[in-house]
Amino acid sequence: MNRRAQSIALHTTLAIGAIITLFPIFWMLSASFMTAGEATVVPPHLVPHAPTLAQYRELFVRLNIARAFVSSTVIAVIVTIGCVLFSSMAGYAFAKLRFPGRQRLFGLLLIALVIPPQVGMLPLFLLMKQLHLVNTYWGAIIPSLATVFGIFLIRQFMLSIPQELLEAARLDGASELRIYWSIVLPLARPILATLATFMFMSTWNDFMWPLIILSNQSHYTLPVAIASLSGEHVLDVELMMASSVLTVLPVLLLFVVLQRYYIAGLMAGSVKG
Amino acid sequence: MNAETRAALLFLAPAMLLIGIFFFAPVIAGFALSLTDFDLYTIGDIHNLRFIALRNYRELLGSSIFWTAFGNTLYFALVGGPLTVIVSLGAALLVNTRLTRYKAFFRTVYFAPVVTTLVAVSIVFKYLYHPRFGVVNRALGHIGLGPVDWLGDPRFAMLSIIILAVWKGFGYTMIIFIAGLQNIPEELYEAAKIDGAGPWGRFRHVTVPMLGPTFLFVGIVVAIGQLQIFAEPYVMTMGGPLNRTVTAVMLMYQQGFKWWRMGYAAAVAFILFLVIGAATLVQMRFQEKR
Repeated sequence: MNRRAQSIALHTTLAIGAIITLFPIFWMLSASFMTAGEATVVPPHLVPHAPTLAQYRELFVRLNIARAFVSSTVIAVIVTIGCVLFSSMAGYAFAKLRFPGRQRLFGLLLIALVIPPQVGMLPLFLLMKQLHLVNTYWGAIIPSLATVFGIFLIRQFMLSIPQELLEAARLDGASELRIYWSIVLPLARPILATLATFMFMSTWNDFMWPLIILSNQSHYTLPVAIASLSGEHVLDVELMMASSVLTVLPVLLLFVVLQRYYIAGLMAGSVKG
Repeated sequence: MNAETRAALLFLAPAMLLIGIFFFAPVIAGFALSLTDFDLYTIGDIHNLRFIALRNYRELLGSSIFWTAFGNTLYFALVGGPLTVIVSLGAALLVNTRLTRYKAFFRTVYFAPVVTTLVAVSIVFKYLYHPRFGVVNRALGHIGLGPVDWLGDPRFAMLSIIILAVWKGFGYTMIIFIAGLQNIPEELYEAAKIDGAGPWGRFRHVTVPMLGPTFLFVGIVVAIGQLQIFAEPYVMTMGGPLNRTVTAVMLMYQQGFKWWRMGYAAAVAFILFLVIGAATLVQMRFQEKR
């Protein structure tokens, strides 16, 4: 096979793969703009013949999906800010400060990476019940405010910050807090962006814990809300597709804009892990 | 205590307290819980709590739903795991050749399903799989196959969920494989070429061995993730048909948070933990041998 034929075969395969990969997303978008019943006609419509926003109107006006949108946003934003702050503080201590037991404590933390979160979920629920946090945003937020993954990611990055820089600041009389805030954090900006992107997306997409802790409809996040909706509206294909679009699109757009940071984070977590 | 230690303590305190109280303590309590008969009556009055040693575990091992749930979970991981690895390695190789143009575009497209919301795409796939008007059956109809009742037929239900999981997950492992491929020195391929190795020979004797650590990492990460499968069957099948898609985490969820048999559910979670630990160790051992 000559080079040109090879190239054509290669790019055809890649293009077919891309079409298969994108098809479910395309169909979800397309069906969400169809009139009720159009997604199930024979022969099938791949694009809406008379595009309409009726499904979205139904979701916002009658089914109050905006409430779930707000819940998802509030929870994801607070988790992201808290997790970046607390993980960067701890990551800094593990990377740059000497204290007795540092290695041992860090090793202990890493064990958490192979423990499935479900093992702790039942006692965690009982604890949240004691704290009166069941069915509150804080109940969904607090367990994700600091993650071992975040601390690990930030520590690995901060190891490469030159020690002399910090020593020089110390000689000038800067406090530890000032060194962290004015020297270390600005240098760590790329990895902070990575962790923020990662935490926002995983919190937005999370299902099991919000399902357990948010038992009242008024606090449902989008995934919990549409899972419950899909039970009642099994036959309303177009409506369910619109609700899926509302759930997926924010993170998908965020990914397209921030993919540099997101993919960098995955690589950093894997190559050295 | 010197100043540096004191500073470290302050910087560590928030994260360590949060992780200690809301992760490690519940994990340890989870094991303790699995040795009790904690249930609905205990939630009403804590004095009903009794220590029953390993009775939850004995009861579990003797029940058929336990073996069904763990069997389904292992089937999902043992078929879905290797399938994800094969598809993602194939995608990584294609995206990464020297001939390939628009690399960034293809990488982004293949990765897109990873960032989508699992619950939402599970709903989408449920309709794609619909026996009458689903797009999958219509496509099969064009080439004279089907129709298949994907989620309703006990033989195909878990397989359908596996296909969704591969679609959703292969982009993630593809990125890790691409990183691994880019770390292989070009000279090794040149040397193999001079020794007369064809494309397959170069793949077998250069690419695969050089990707060793990557395979290990991917294998462990995929196994840990897949053994925790929950949202897909929750949304698509609720465990049916004939319990063919009940999974370990689903069993734990139903027993613990629907019937409030929390001691029993904690035992399910703990056995899952052991299975995940075993899967990790087996892969590490296998890697050492090679």
